[in-house]
Amino acid sequence: MGSRLLSISNLTVKFGGLTALSKVHIDVHPGEVVGLIGPNGAGKTTLFNALTGFAPVAEGTLVLNDKEQAWPKSHQLVDLGISRTLQGVGLFPDLTVLENVMVGGQKYAKGSVLKAALGLDGSNEKYLREKAAVALEKVYASSLGDSRADSLPYPVTKRVAIARALMSDPKLLLLDEPAGGLGSQDIDWMNGLIHNLKTDTSILLVEHHMDVVMNVCDRIYVLNFGELIAEGTPQEVRENPAVIAAYLGAEATQ
Amino acid sequence: MLILDTLLIGLSSGAIYALMALALVLVWRSTRVVNFAQAGQAILSTYIGYEVMNRTHSYWISIPFAIIAGGAIAAFIDAVIMRALAKRSHKGSVAEIAPVIATLGMLGLIRSLTGAIWGNEYLQYTSPVSGKGYLIGGHTIPFSPQNTVIVVGALLVMGVFAVIFKFTNLGLALRAASFQPEISRLAGIRVDRIRTIGWAFAGSAGAVAGALVTPTSYLSPNSLDLLLVSGFVAAVIGGLDSLIGAVLGGLILGVGFAFILQYIGTSVTFSAAFIILIVVLFVRPRGILGSKVGRRDA
Repeated sequence: MGSRLLSISNLTVKFGGLTALSKVHIDVHPGEVVGLIGPNGAGKTTLFNALTGFAPVAEGTLVLNDKEQAWPKSHQLVDLGISRTLQGVGLFPDLTVLENVMVGGQKYAKGSVLKAALGLDGSNEKYLREKAAVALEKVYASSLGDSRADSLPYPVTKRVAIARALMSDPKLLLLDEPAGGLGSQDIDWMNGLIHNLKTDTSILLVEHHMDVVMNVCDRIYVLNFGELIAEGTPQEVRENPAVIAAYLGAEATQ
Repeated sequence: MLILDTLLIGLSSGAIYALMALALVLVWRSTRVVNFAQAGQAILSTYIGYEVMNRTHSYWISIPFAIIAGGAIAAFIDAVIMRALAKRSHKGSVAEIAPVIATLGMLGLIRSLTGAIWGNEYLQYTSPVSGKGYLIGGHTIPFSPQNTVIVVGALLVMGVFAVIFKFTNLGLALRAASFQPEISRLAGIRVDRIRTIGWAFAGSAGAVAGALVTPTSYLSPNSLDLLLVSGFVAAVIGGLDSLIGAVLGGLILGVGFAFILQYIGTSVTFSAAFIILIVVLFVRPRGILGSKVGRRDA
């Protein structure tokens, strides 16, 4: 299926004696939306954390754009074309929406400390402002630029967080539960948004809402207890007996 | 007239407290550390200013040197000591308190260092500007040209900070890194580096405070200790998180001090700071401009 934008193989993550992920592989191709699902504690977010420098990688190979890479530190991701949202949204409450989004474009902020101290990096600042306005348009929140982030309703904060993640022009966008905590109307909304984003970037998403996953994903990987138990199209995954057993098992014990 | 005089005096000392409070708030915001070493850092930078003045015979030339030294000392402390400490300590109560204890240790260390180099006697770091009050209509007011230098200098520093934090990318990165380090890292911000810059700004603000206030008294290894207390009280009054709050807190404290000294007496100088603090906290428990919610809940 052509070139690989992201290819993780043999990924193992351990926390002390606990193996959170064991020999997991994942591929994302350009233009794809790939879902990562599994019952609670399956290791979905751990995989995101390993990829984004928040969790230690015990073993595993990372290939980006068909080139093998060292596992990146968090601050190196944007330069590798990877951007991520967090489950907790994490907007800065006392900044405006526009400023929040501008934070995501720091890789384009080139001003030196001295220039900033003298207030001379104005053109750069203007560039980021304009770029942030465009990002806000993409998530249908352009009218909210001047609002304080802590004045927004929760569903909107999720969109603003995505706008912030778009600021670095990612080739791969990692969405951590984009539909988490949303009502059904906002979920429809998020579905549409993800479909739109697909034209700009590939997406790897962790999500609990099955309707979202089945609706937006081209391919799906299923984790259970830190191991990959299935992969395929939504149709294939839905009919996979191991997946059904994992979810039923999880429901039965809950 | 007396009220106006008292107000002017309060404004001048309040400007100094505000600078010190700014220094403490900058570090607190970015690293959640109450930096007791700030008094030591400001003393060391002022001694460096003193040395430059002795060589150049110019107070004005010595000030930028003191400011650069103050920034460099602070950056060194953060990059070398605080960062290493943070890497070695993990979660838990000791991890939270360890950096604060370390700053106390740094304060002692810097004090002994300055004592060893310059001795413990009182040195004169003098400004060419008169410390005698202006003569207005046959009445000498307690506000001198040096007080003017203090107020103008402090306003300049605050203005520069206001521009940086409100209108520049660096300011945005500083604010972001202090609020949400994880998100900031994901946005490509080198959070460690940004924190060190925050420390450097704080150190520079403290250095300005030291260089401006020392000509009104004398220079010794512990001559800025009281200023640390006042700066801390001012920072808490202002809400500890807010730069504007720090400035307001400094001014409130300075003016409050001046009135207490004028109308009650010098015997209560030290306790007055705490009385003002307690009164403000009773009225506004979060400080004047403290955040409504704890950072962790936000």
